[in-house]
Amino acid sequence: MVSVRSVSIGPSSLTPSDLPWIIEHREDRCTLCGHCTAVCPKDSIRLAHMRQRMPKLDILSKQRGSEYRTFTGIRQETDSAKLCIGCGMCSMVCPNEAITPIPGTNENRTLFFENRKGEPKKRGGRRNATGPTLLDRIMFHRISMLTDPALDAGRHEFTTTTTLGRILSPEEFLERTVSGGWIPPTREIFPFVIGSMSFGALSPNMWLGLLQGVAYCNEVLGLPVVMCTGEGGCPPWILRSKYLKYIILQIASGYFGWDEIIRAIPEMQCNPAAIEIKYGQGAKPGDGGLLMWHKVSKLIARLRGVPEGVDLPSPPVHQTLYSIEESVMKMMQTLSMAFHHKVPVYPKISASTSAKSVLNNLVRNPYAAGLMIDGIDGGTGAAYNVSMDATGHPIASCVRDCYLDLAKQGKQNEIPIFAAGGIGKNGNVAQNGMALVMLGASGVHIGKYMMQAAAGCLGNEKNRCNVCNLGICPKGITSQNPKLYRRLDPDKVAERVGEVFMSINTEVKKIMAPLGRSQSLPIGMSDAIGIADQAAADRLRIQYIC
Amino acid sequence: MCRLALKTAREPFSPYEVLTAMEAMKEGYDGSGLGLLLRGMEFEDFKYNPRFPILSGIAHTEKAWHRMTDYMEEMEYELKYDHRFAMRPELIEAEDRYRYFMRAYRMPVEFRDESDELREAELLRARLALRKLSTEEDPLTIFSFYPDVAMIKEVGWPMQIGDALCLHDGQLKSRVCMAQGRQNTNYGINLYACHPFFIQGISTMTNGENTAFVPIRDWLLGKKFAGYTGYQSDSEVFTHILHYTLKKLKLPLQAYKHIITPLSNAELAKHPQGEFLAGLRQVCKRLIIDGPNAVIGTLPDETSLLVMDQKKLRPATVGGRDGVWAIASEICGIQAMIPDRDPSLDFQPMREHTVIIPPHRKELEIWSQYDRFPLALAA
Repeated sequence: MVSVRSVSIGPSSLTPSDLPWIIEHREDRCTLCGHCTAVCPKDSIRLAHMRQRMPKLDILSKQRGSEYRTFTGIRQETDSAKLCIGCGMCSMVCPNEAITPIPGTNENRTLFFENRKGEPKKRGGRRNATGPTLLDRIMFHRISMLTDPALDAGRHEFTTTTTLGRILSPEEFLERTVSGGWIPPTREIFPFVIGSMSFGALSPNMWLGLLQGVAYCNEVLGLPVVMCTGEGGCPPWILRSKYLKYIILQIASGYFGWDEIIRAIPEMQCNPAAIEIKYGQGAKPGDGGLLMWHKVSKLIARLRGVPEGVDLPSPPVHQTLYSIEESVMKMMQTLSMAFHHKVPVYPKISASTSAKSVLNNLVRNPYAAGLMIDGIDGGTGAAYNVSMDATGHPIASCVRDCYLDLAKQGKQNEIPIFAAGGIGKNGNVAQNGMALVMLGASGVHIGKYMMQAAAGCLGNEKNRCNVCNLGICPKGITSQNPKLYRRLDPDKVAERVGEVFMSINTEVKKIMAPLGRSQSLPIGMSDAIGIADQAAADRLRIQYIC
Repeated sequence: MCRLALKTAREPFSPYEVLTAMEAMKEGYDGSGLGLLLRGMEFEDFKYNPRFPILSGIAHTEKAWHRMTDYMEEMEYELKYDHRFAMRPELIEAEDRYRYFMRAYRMPVEFRDESDELREAELLRARLALRKLSTEEDPLTIFSFYPDVAMIKEVGWPMQIGDALCLHDGQLKSRVCMAQGRQNTNYGINLYACHPFFIQGISTMTNGENTAFVPIRDWLLGKKFAGYTGYQSDSEVFTHILHYTLKKLKLPLQAYKHIITPLSNAELAKHPQGEFLAGLRQVCKRLIIDGPNAVIGTLPDETSLLVMDQKKLRPATVGGRDGVWAIASEICGIQAMIPDRDPSLDFQPMREHTVIIPPHRKELEIWSQYDRFPLALAA
């Protein structure tokens, strides 16, 4: 039967109550200034002219009893391309508290239509799972009450750094010291590392703000914080600056940015903190980087050596490599050699049940400086929703298994394990990080938390905002559009970076002090943690407490 | 809290003297036990050859006793002397104590001309094998098996145990005596958990708690060395770290302090061998202790030592005169052991110090971590 064309309702027509975020607009407060419509990154709201009937009761008149008035107000779009993302920029700019998005409590019907043109949903952010994470539920319970005078987190001296890099066994170290052999390079760093977010995924203001903050942490606060570039290199002037020592350069399957890096090597004033070889990412295992064309600006195109405005999907694997063993042999050795064996080189993999095999390969490779494991709750600038929500492995048990495996071989001090993925997801960054340290990690990488804490990223796990992939970041954090990123003041980002790391450092001490630990990071101190979940306690081989 | 006393003298003395020091420090512990180590042995009724290893322990039942003696015979250890304590068993709280033993053996023929290293390895093997002979019904506790060293551990007040074993009767003397006055009540009573701990001639005792116990234990277990076992007490790792430093890494005694409480980056930057020590700190990172501890130890050559945790969270004093020295957790302990010394010369080490009483016992060596490290390779 031919459809009734006069009814303008299609299969994917929606009403505002079907939407994940509903704009609540109070016409009585609105001054029609237009700030909200101008700032909305998705054009979800528009100024609309509407007509209203004004009934008039006049029994004596022969005229019809109604009059009409026209007025201007705000209306929400229901087209799925223009769905409100709940970022709340409208309410941030509204001078009169007239507008705000509220989460739709009805079924989220839009989910059924986010595959238009056959393209599944892509987004930024991380796994949309809310509530306390397993790490949030871990408690530090081995309080030193028996014989200790408690340590004073405020006044006692604490060592809160960790080692990045291959560490020899004591016997081997002494033997090489005597014989003048090669002692692998190491770095003493703050155990919370700003995780890999590329210059490309992040706006120039955000990236430089982070670097400025990192430099402040190192040079003024005395906290040896380092940050990782992610795939895509970094600005040429930084490669030739003294700030390079605070940077972990990442090489990933697209090799973006490495032309610039290789060219800069002879002119480098100092070595980078380390080289991270990305084989996998927790948020989207099996995918490479995915920089969408919206974000490939002139500057990014230059740094990456590509034309402007094209999608840059990195291949899922390093095309030149056949297996991780081969990779361990070739890439690590090559990169180590490129920096005269003076820079630690380590791989980053997705958390997986096969992580232990990778680790065992690394143990046998003298150039492997560590292993970075990224769990399913890690963030990303762009990925398919299904990868982000359902593909991957949580970080806690993966790190624990790897640590116990190393301990069995007596190698737990030799290959540091770094963990990432969901640290600080609910704001408990120091608690989450230290829980992982006590499970066996030497340190953690934090990315999304930094965006949220240092730059006010609006994304969350209720699918708020999460449009990093589109280059329309309302805060200017993940956009390459100067009109957007000029909203972000790099100085303010730097200031926040300093505040965040000072506060993490204090919280780390506050965790260590009652446990009676101060001289070294309590890596693998599993007797200090417990959880009120028998199954998790058994799996992680920690105490069940209730 | 534990109370610790050590006395070292050129002339052998009765362990009872050290027990009087424990009595002086009585206020500080709960009387839950005594651990005693004697080194530089002298027996009233036997001319002891210091090359003979002495096996010390407790056979809790007759069966356990026979199992031990049978094993030693089977391994062809020749019994040279069997010390008999003049016992007053009514003073012992525990009931299953068939026999306390201190037996000197001649090693099997094949080891007589072997290197010290091989002989020590065999003694360790034998000690661990004997420990394994213990069963639930017939427990056997083995404290040490090494030349010139004997150990006793028991539950109760130190003086009471001394009286029970008639340690005042002059039958037993030594040039070094270490005593500790408490069972490990942290984790339930276990004779093996009582300090001092012993491995291949090296012994330490500690007051305080080792908060970094689990990571250190896990690392030592990963070394797959048979002697790194037990760990009924968190303090046993201090002995094993000292053993690892001296016997495995073959570093000088001063390295022990650098391993358990390394200097900070800023301090190392000013140290003449900062680079080497920073490397050492890194490779031995899992052996860093947090305290609060004072570690008192003795070595096979009768050297005694005392080190503090990095923040000096526990007290300890050393005092004495030419020929006789004492280390104790309390000054009253020193006073009880060597009243005729100049107390103004007593020394309380700070966080960076290692106090070493060398075998000649003429004077103390006070070594600071800031000093140049006495090792050629670090130069």
